[in-house]
Amino acid sequence: MTLKPFLEVKNLNVAFPTEDGLVQASNDISFTVARGETLAVVGESGSGKSVTSLAVMGLHDRKRTQITGQAFLNLESGPVDVISADAEVVRKLRGKAMSMIFQDPMSALHPYYSIGNQLIEAWSLYNEGDKAAGKKRAIEMLDLVGIPDASKRVDEFPHQFSGGMRQRVMIAMALINNPSLLIADEPTTALDVTVQSQILQLIREMQKEFNMALILITHDLGVVAEVADRVNVMYAGKIVESGSAEDIYYRPDHPYSIGLLNSIPKIGELDSKRLVAIPGQPPSLINLPRGCSFRARCSFSDRVANNLCATTAPTLDTKTTDHFSRCHLTEAELVKARKESGGI
Amino acid sequence: MLKYLARRLSATFLVITLVSMSVFGIFAVLPMDPAALTCGKACSAPVIEANRHRLGLDVPVQVQYGRFVKGLFVGRDFGEGAAAFHCPAPAFGYSYNRHECVTTLVAEAFPVTLSLAVGAFVLWLSVGVSLGILAARRKNEWQDRAATAFVLIGTSLPTFISGILILLFVALKFNLINPIEMGRWVSPLEDPVAWFRTFIFPWIVLALLYAATYTRFTRSNVIETSTEDYIRTARAKGLNERDILRKHTLRAALAPIITLAGLDFAGLLGGAIITEGIFNLPGLGRLSIRAVLRDYDLPTILATTILAAVFVIVANLLVDILYAYIDPRVRVAS
Repeated sequence: MTLKPFLEVKNLNVAFPTEDGLVQASNDISFTVARGETLAVVGESGSGKSVTSLAVMGLHDRKRTQITGQAFLNLESGPVDVISADAEVVRKLRGKAMSMIFQDPMSALHPYYSIGNQLIEAWSLYNEGDKAAGKKRAIEMLDLVGIPDASKRVDEFPHQFSGGMRQRVMIAMALINNPSLLIADEPTTALDVTVQSQILQLIREMQKEFNMALILITHDLGVVAEVADRVNVMYAGKIVESGSAEDIYYRPDHPYSIGLLNSIPKIGELDSKRLVAIPGQPPSLINLPRGCSFRARCSFSDRVANNLCATTAPTLDTKTTDHFSRCHLTEAELVKARKESGGI
Repeated sequence: MLKYLARRLSATFLVITLVSMSVFGIFAVLPMDPAALTCGKACSAPVIEANRHRLGLDVPVQVQYGRFVKGLFVGRDFGEGAAAFHCPAPAFGYSYNRHECVTTLVAEAFPVTLSLAVGAFVLWLSVGVSLGILAARRKNEWQDRAATAFVLIGTSLPTFISGILILLFVALKFNLINPIEMGRWVSPLEDPVAWFRTFIFPWIVLALLYAATYTRFTRSNVIETSTEDYIRTARAKGLNERDILRKHTLRAALAPIITLAGLDFAGLLGGAIITEGIFNLPGLGRLSIRAVLRDYDLPTILATTILAAVFVIVANLLVDILYAYIDPRVRVAS
């Protein structure tokens, strides 16, 4: 893709000081997303997926978070680094240049205000016009995201909507000011399986409609396969593999990604074998172990010479064209590992 | 909504009936003869019997209750002939110590207690809630610590200590209260300044106690609400911190405080016995305590008890209605 990226994150670190020490939640994260492009960020809980995007949105409490690095939004008026910019500047980009929807639509809407009230509030932040104009726009948006009978339901309260409908409302609210970047933080995790694909479909449609850059945070690899252009696999606060969705799916170049893909049950193989789980737990983000963070859970680390995995942290290196992995194994060794562990 | 109101009102009426019945029942079985209390030590049996008849205490308790209820609506006559005495509706009875209709006594005392309660309420609510918000916003900073200190002092100082301290070392020491006129009832309509001077110290004493509770409660509610997902949503929309606090956090955080405030206010309307005592205020609290401890004045006790119960019940009703107005989930569920 030759598009100029809308978001450029460079060497982003997010850490939380706690009584037990510094929690390094996001570690040297760099990536870009262009308008119209979908970046999926995959990883288990605590791998730093949300923390990174909350940092881009400026939603961390600056007093309790140490953030370094840069995250440029390439606006028409020029690039703005949302990490170093004044909090008030970043606030005025939220909801306008970048929007975010969250995991649990049940608790993400204010229970005391009507849907319309909450949508109009978002609209009026960046638009001149009276309440009636805002309401008209709110109904338009609700209609667009597929709320039936929108002109009537606009006056109802969140508790009168189902989970899927609330997530639609959240999407309508996030998009009401036509943002260039949408961050969807596990938007389907809290929903029924049948509703999940509808919401995903809607997000894709909206992305096309508004020509947005989309960051889709998920731990559901099925979701990734469906929608992503590029995928970042995160582990223990770092990007361990980055590549096109096809690369990640068919040619995973990191033992962790290989493990993740193997842990998905495959239809048609129901009775053939037990699900393969990655053994062990992710390391504590306070005092990360020396060397590779994944070493303790990796079945291939003994193939690396000189005990390198234990002493030196691997860097994010090019394995094949436009496909990066944080692993000491060579591409040939990774191909072998792929085959051995289930022949992806 | 109308249906809900009707149901709540009839329930309220039922509860008030039950409360009045049980209070009446308790006094009926007390080992105390109200008729004997009507005259002094050297009282002869015939006089006691005559008074018993005069006060309507010679009939079975259910008939007495019937007369009591009737008196509430149409007024009541006590005695016959020259000794006859009429109490207009709503008649709670006749105080045989104070030789006065109980309703008159209550009507004299109520404005005092109302003044005390309203002023203290306004003071403690504004101080308590704003201090709580400040402490929550400046969590773990010096403002929060100062508020915590205030909470500790306020909750651990009983009114009979704080009241006397303020009376002796502030009000009287700096001549802010005239000890002779202390507690004299002045209507705020006639002389607002004198009214204010009468009540400002009792307000402070009561507010000190209640404001501490409200500071703590507001602080923890605001902190808890700030971590809600919908507050993060509000921030993600691009709202500024002031609007997030004002419109999103406080609306949710202060809703439970309405319940607390309504009930506390109602409880205070029943009379603040200690504070009224310290500042010599002739309110419902002093009326009750005198009736209980000195006069064994059963009709007065009956009236103040029922009244206190009614205040609490009505406050409960108002709080529920108000809550339904604030929280749409309650509204629809009803």
